Amino acid sequence: MITAERKPFDEIIKLVGDKKKILVAGCDTCVAICLTGGEKEAEILASELRIKAGQEGREVEVEHTAAIRQCEWEYLDMIAEKVEAADVVLSMACGIGIQSMAEKFAPQLVMPAVNTNMLGMPQEHAVWLERCVACGECRIGLTGGICPVVRCSKSLMNGPCGGSHDGLCEVTGPDKEEIECAWALIWERLKAQGREELMFADRPPKDWSKSSSGGPRKMVREEAKPV
Amino acid sequence: MAEPEAAAAEAAEAPKKPVDPDFEPEIIVFACHYCAYAAADLAGSMRLQYPSNIRMIKLPCTGKLEVIHLLRAIEAGADGVYAAGCMEGECHYLTGNLWARKRVDHVKGLLAELGIEPERVEMYNMSSAMGAKFAEVATEFTQRIKALGPSPARREGVSPHATAREALGGVALPDEAESPAAATVEEGHAE
Repeated sequence: MITAERKPFDEIIKLVGDKKKILVAGCDTCVAICLTGGEKEAEILASELRIKAGQEGREVEVEHTAAIRQCEWEYLDMIAEKVEAADVVLSMACGIGIQSMAEKFAPQLVMPAVNTNMLGMPQEHAVWLERCVACGECRIGLTGGICPVVRCSKSLMNGPCGGSHDGLCEVTGPDKEEIECAWALIWERLKAQGREELMFADRPPKDWSKSSSGGPRKMVREEAKPV
Repeated sequence: MAEPEAAAAEAAEAPKKPVDPDFEPEIIVFACHYCAYAAADLAGSMRLQYPSNIRMIKLPCTGKLEVIHLLRAIEAGADGVYAAGCMEGECHYLTGNLWARKRVDHVKGLLAELGIEPERVEMYNMSSAMGAKFAEVATEFTQRIKALGPSPARREGVSPHATAREALGGVALPDEAESPAAATVEEGHAE
């Protein structure tokens, strides 16, 4: 799923500025599952904004709502009235939802209240790990179902570098936690599958033109388009 | 998000406000039905004195308490809010009180972000046999809030108790003394 983290409160306050009618809009899909931007979290942020304004003696009207999915026009229709009545909307959806909202209700002011950070999976309750970067050409069929693009610190495509020791990467994570060497994991997985020869097989170079550096991507399903 | 400890240290370093001897704080207590609420009853039976500043809301378990419930009490102007649950390891629902502690800690962080003293929210543990502890906690917390002074979020004309109850919706249990109707229904079942 798409994961996000709430922005620091001070940054949110700056984005809102001196606007009087604020709508905090959560999204009840990915960001609700990662406990960052669902209706519950929208209500908490709205309460915080009211407390802050009260402390400063400012009159504000802060409401909260949530769309089932902020990234789809139909679901945005359901909260249109509230969005249009606000001076500013603080969206707690991922970057896709925030932009959908800003586009649909332009020129309504829509501000991000979260930082979208990754495509991750919950390893355990309340812990998410990055598993995909949407690179556009999946090669994990050759790597035992482990993605070297996202799990190798250097995104190496042809085996480990010299920084791999005892199954660990020489790089440590943001909290100084150890990172497993993706290529050590791939080797172990391929061995378990009896497919070690894949490590030595020639493989065509990866087509990076399908990744995000070639401009915004577009997908069309002709067979599914309305007639 | 600011660490509650760091914010607490910062608040401690800040120049102390003069304590207003007439300040009577409004304190909301979220009390677990199985322990703190019964401990309050016991404190009453034992004729123990504790400040009248506290207003109780009975919960089936402190695990039912969510971040927004604590925040709504603060938003409505409560000077202090605490949750009182069972002793750790003795929760009727196993881990409800441990969840409550985590949520209280989270709210401390949110308050620090807002420039409000994190000490205005707290988590306490006690058993139903601890009437004296209930009175002691109520006294100690009230003194703490008196020393802090009125909440910067204090509002006139709003009842933190009513707001917090409303935020809890159907979760807050009726107070036996205030709801004879509920007692009647139970008697009906007994017959």
